[in-house]
Amino acid sequence: MMQRLIQFIKTFSLWELVSGLKLTGRYLFSRKITVQYPEEKTPTSPRFRGIHALRRYPNGEERCIACKLCEAVCPALAITIEAEPRFDGSRRTTLYEIDLFKCVYCGFCEESCPVDSIVLTRFHDYHMEHRGENILTKEKLLAIGDRYETEIAADRATDARYR
Amino acid sequence: MMMAEFVLIGTILLKIIAMVIVLLLAVAYLTFMERKVIGYMQQRIGPNRIGPLGLLQPIADVVKLLNKEIIIPSASNRFLFMIAPMISIFTALAAWAAIPLDQAFVLANINAGVLYIFALSSLGVYGILIAGWASNSKYALFGAMRAAAQSISYEIAMGFAIVGVMMAAGSLNFQAIIHAQAGGIWHWYWLPLFPLWMVYWISGVAETNRAPFDVAEGESELVAGFHVEYSGSMFALFFLAEYINMILISTLAAILFFGGWLSPFEGIPGLETAFAWVPGVVWLLIKLAFFVFCYLWFRATFPRYRYDQIMRLGWKILIPVTLVWIVVIALAVQWQVGPWFTGV
Repeated sequence: MMQRLIQFIKTFSLWELVSGLKLTGRYLFSRKITVQYPEEKTPTSPRFRGIHALRRYPNGEERCIACKLCEAVCPALAITIEAEPRFDGSRRTTLYEIDLFKCVYCGFCEESCPVDSIVLTRFHDYHMEHRGENILTKEKLLAIGDRYETEIAADRATDARYR
Repeated sequence: MMMAEFVLIGTILLKIIAMVIVLLLAVAYLTFMERKVIGYMQQRIGPNRIGPLGLLQPIADVVKLLNKEIIIPSASNRFLFMIAPMISIFTALAAWAAIPLDQAFVLANINAGVLYIFALSSLGVYGILIAGWASNSKYALFGAMRAAAQSISYEIAMGFAIVGVMMAAGSLNFQAIIHAQAGGIWHWYWLPLFPLWMVYWISGVAETNRAPFDVAEGESELVAGFHVEYSGSMFALFFLAEYINMILISTLAAILFFGGWLSPFEGIPGLETAFAWVPGVVWLLIKLAFFVFCYLWFRATFPRYRYDQIMRLGWKILIPVTLVWIVVIALAVQWQVGPWFTGV
């Protein structure tokens, strides 16, 4: 009986609604957590798995030795590799392509690579404007590696203890 | 003789145009305010890219809407499809003729002002109903049916709430209603008519199909309700009508229950003379701005009602409450109770 009376009073005084309004009213004046994206960015981990890159040794020689482990481990079959002996007799890729539409950014290729050649960088804000640009060719991958080599090397160094 | 008539008609036309332009600007910035307020309540900052502080955002929205293609579904009833948004915007705008903005400023100071506005706001349902039917789309039809049923049931509760005000003021004229509330914040009708005020406000929110009573356009179930098939400037008309109605309901709330353009400091020694220079329209604007803010506040707070719950609330709770309180008001007016009903 008492409970029903309390319930009745609560209903007609719009108790629940007022407490809801109080909550949103408080949030109206709370600190805003918006990140103004192009100007501000949230921090990323050194383990972040963004766009791919092929790295080189400091002397400019490309690291990839065409072992095709990444091609074998890739669960999405996004990597295509063709290899031939180079003029100096070393085994090198003639074709190294990653289809960004197929890639699931799992990072297995990076884990499988014995020479730390294929890596996933921390850069994720890239885009394509034309059909076919989703295929990252060997030149593009090497260019990305050249461009971000300092960041890539720094990230690997930070994470080296845990690998 | 002719000349004088022309001048009269000209001034009336100018007043109407001024009113419409002010209303359209108000709606434009109401949409901006809505996005900002709801953003702030969700710990976001809302639009801030276009112009200083994002203040040109509504202009950009208008340009976008006007540039869009008007798509008329091939299976629709073309004539009704075109005329529905016009009915909506017409009734929304026409209602403003009888609204007194200040002691001396009202476009048409008609004796049955309350009745006129009530009639026009009911006519607005036709716009929605015709739009939903003419679109020849399931979602639009559902939305229109819901909107119509909802508007009709809440109109009764709202009408009874206004009947209470009319009994208390003894008039259907808005200026007379405002004058009857003179004498400071405790003389306004929100106090003696508090239950009616609550009922009026709840059914006002339901009338305009706003959250939490927005089942008519309920995004998650009906895409957009009665205006799914509308695009471009025709959609803009519906949008305008909805927001003008929001401002109208808020203004009516300020006039009927919160003393319209009366100063809240009336009867308080010192403050009354200190604020005597403020024009009445400013007080009205402050009051209606608060109610419009409440609309946005509700939208940011409450989840949508289920359809049968809306009907239950309207018929089984709001209408009985108003009926009881109308009897109370009648007795109070009969026995001239308190400071409120002595002069009637």
